[in-house]
Amino acid sequence: MTSLTGAAILWECLVREGVTDVFGYPGGAILPAYDAMLRYPIRHVLVRHEQGATHMADGYARASGRVGVAIATSGPGATNMVTGLATAMMDSSPIVCITGQVGSRLIGSDAFQETDITGITLPITKHNYLVTKAADVASAVREAFLIAKSGRPGPVLIDITKDAQQGSCAFDWDAAVPSPDVVRVPRSPDTTVLADALALLRSARRPLVLVGHGVLLADAAAELRAFVDTTGVPVAVTLLGIGALPASHPLNLGMMGMHGEAWVNTAIQEADLLIAVGMRFDDRVTGNLKTYAREARKIHVDIDPAELGKNVAVDVAIAGDVGDVLRRWRPALSRLDLTAWLDRIRALKGDSAVRDIQNLPDDGHLYAAHVIHDLWRATHGQALVVTDVGQHQMWEAQYYRHEEPRSLITSGGLGTMGFALPAAIGAKLARPDAEVWAIVGDGGFQMTMAELATAVQDDVQVKVAIVNNGYLGMVRQWQQFFYERRYAATPLTGPDFVKLAGAFGIEATAVRRRSDVEPAVRAARTHAGPVVIDFQVEQEDSVYPMVPAGADLHQMIRRPSPIAETGRDS
Amino acid sequence: MQLTFLLSVVDRPGVLNRVASLVRRRGYNIESLTVGHGETPGISRMTLVIDADVDAASRIEANLYKLVHVQKVAHVTRTATVCRDLALVKVSASPDSRSQIMQLVDVFRARVVDVAPESLVIETTGAEDKIDGFIEMLRPFGVIEIARTGRVAMARGLAPASARRRDAAADVLDESIACSV
Repeated sequence: MTSLTGAAILWECLVREGVTDVFGYPGGAILPAYDAMLRYPIRHVLVRHEQGATHMADGYARASGRVGVAIATSGPGATNMVTGLATAMMDSSPIVCITGQVGSRLIGSDAFQETDITGITLPITKHNYLVTKAADVASAVREAFLIAKSGRPGPVLIDITKDAQQGSCAFDWDAAVPSPDVVRVPRSPDTTVLADALALLRSARRPLVLVGHGVLLADAAAELRAFVDTTGVPVAVTLLGIGALPASHPLNLGMMGMHGEAWVNTAIQEADLLIAVGMRFDDRVTGNLKTYAREARKIHVDIDPAELGKNVAVDVAIAGDVGDVLRRWRPALSRLDLTAWLDRIRALKGDSAVRDIQNLPDDGHLYAAHVIHDLWRATHGQALVVTDVGQHQMWEAQYYRHEEPRSLITSGGLGTMGFALPAAIGAKLARPDAEVWAIVGDGGFQMTMAELATAVQDDVQVKVAIVNNGYLGMVRQWQQFFYERRYAATPLTGPDFVKLAGAFGIEATAVRRRSDVEPAVRAARTHAGPVVIDFQVEQEDSVYPMVPAGADLHQMIRRPSPIAETGRDS
Repeated sequence: MQLTFLLSVVDRPGVLNRVASLVRRRGYNIESLTVGHGETPGISRMTLVIDADVDAASRIEANLYKLVHVQKVAHVTRTATVCRDLALVKVSASPDSRSQIMQLVDVFRARVVDVAPESLVIETTGAEDKIDGFIEMLRPFGVIEIARTGRVAMARGLAPASARRRDAAADVLDESIACSV
């Protein structure tokens, strides 16, 4: 049996887990691990802030389905990972974060760069470890990967003391095999429960499938497609469920929720059966729970039993893998006659389409919706888009039509501004052949724009589209709607983004007219290297429709009529 | 209402913290929480009492089961269970009152475990309401100090709690049987 240091065992295990790329930032307590790394076939991407490392690992995981890995030192290195861990936790993203820790004898002494990171991250990790002996490294790493990717995926943190990295022990990969008990997956659902659900489906007149992130995490897009094509039941998607069914599919109604299209939310309110798969009835998709889908029986399929009945009482609760459930349903499925229901939805949609900003003439203003729409056209709908959080995120969800699973990566649950650029870098490294666009607001971009240097140093060819309105736009919108236009702390002065990108050595251009959008995007696509485009859009534009927080789902603030729209901001 | 859960947890540093943190994070109040060794070395036994609506029980159970160090969860609020609490009560005892206190100790089948010139320490175990009643009876004499363990519980009958698998989706509640003494 070979004797190795804890640091070497860490990399032995990571390599055997299939890790080829890690995102990190070195420091005192993680130095032994960094020194050992040089002997392993690992691509290390040096970030500019540890938050960036966690988002990169997250973007890497969401783009590829593989576990993303981030590494940092103790103390501030570890605490800088907190936002990224919470982001991954809320969106069930499988990442493993490795942090150095002060020597085990110093723990509890308030030593230099000591922090209780396992304590801090307890509620925002699926599990975490404090490893104080070299002999415990292998089992912790193997278990961490299994936990991160099994069941409902999520982040795992491994905190390794400096002496555990430096100490030596026999390395035995096989002996470190994780106990199957750490995998928390519900046993396969009973046939009777599955049959109960199908009985509801067969008697439904106005059924609707609600699709969430779980379908993508389970790689069950094909099973979903088969279900929809066989039964003819229409589909609404959550923000994170976008891409689970092609946007061009005739039964894909689009996004539900706070900024979902009116016909989608109205359809939910009028449905007599909701089949929720891999979604969790977040408050942003239900609005007021008391009035949510009151006419509908509900079937809820989720791999996490703790989600069943959490926000919405359900008639049939199925704890299980959505792919497994959809596959087992399939032989019993048949075409439903939903002509009247689909006609009703078409009628709802017809009313909304005329308000669509896309149909507005080009009046000299540059609207964010136009930017997204033209970006979609110029990229032939084939880009892997990573968004930040805010208005541009909602516009992206409304106007970029995604055809493929894992083609939109966005921070949904936590709503983490600053996510897009680092997550896009991670996504591009996971899928080098994909055309990766980060779409960001001028606010979120300024939170993590230092990662442009990372993109340059590691030659990561991400294209960045800044939707620049000079405001923290979504907050400004809430102030406009709910605080009588008192714009407290939302006007935002940014740098000259073209000059800024230039300082990083990055190609950049500013766009102020709609006619310049597509040429700029086309130029960016052919440029070999990162590109920044500063789209200077209408400043006080708002995202419509909107369900005010806590309001009934059908009580939407609708898009203003085109006449009012061309007159002023809203 | 008070919901009682029996947990088998891996005996690792921080496991108590994980359980307590989870319950707090999900917005429930811990009524009592006891930890100690169980029948299997390396596995600790927790009795967790949470003040929550009974509808939340299966969700709490499912959440607890997400903790890697939690091996088994049994929700026993509505199953036949033996529940016990242990209390140490220090009560002031003058030569005049001492015999009256001793009579109460007899009636409640408690024990005197320390005798000092002006006080007694009394140990009692039982269901919580019995202990509550005993303490009320002692109050007129002057209760100086109380230490209680909180509830420990065990299902009646043969099967150990550790054999019960979590089944949150089909949590069958037996409405007829309450936690009995």
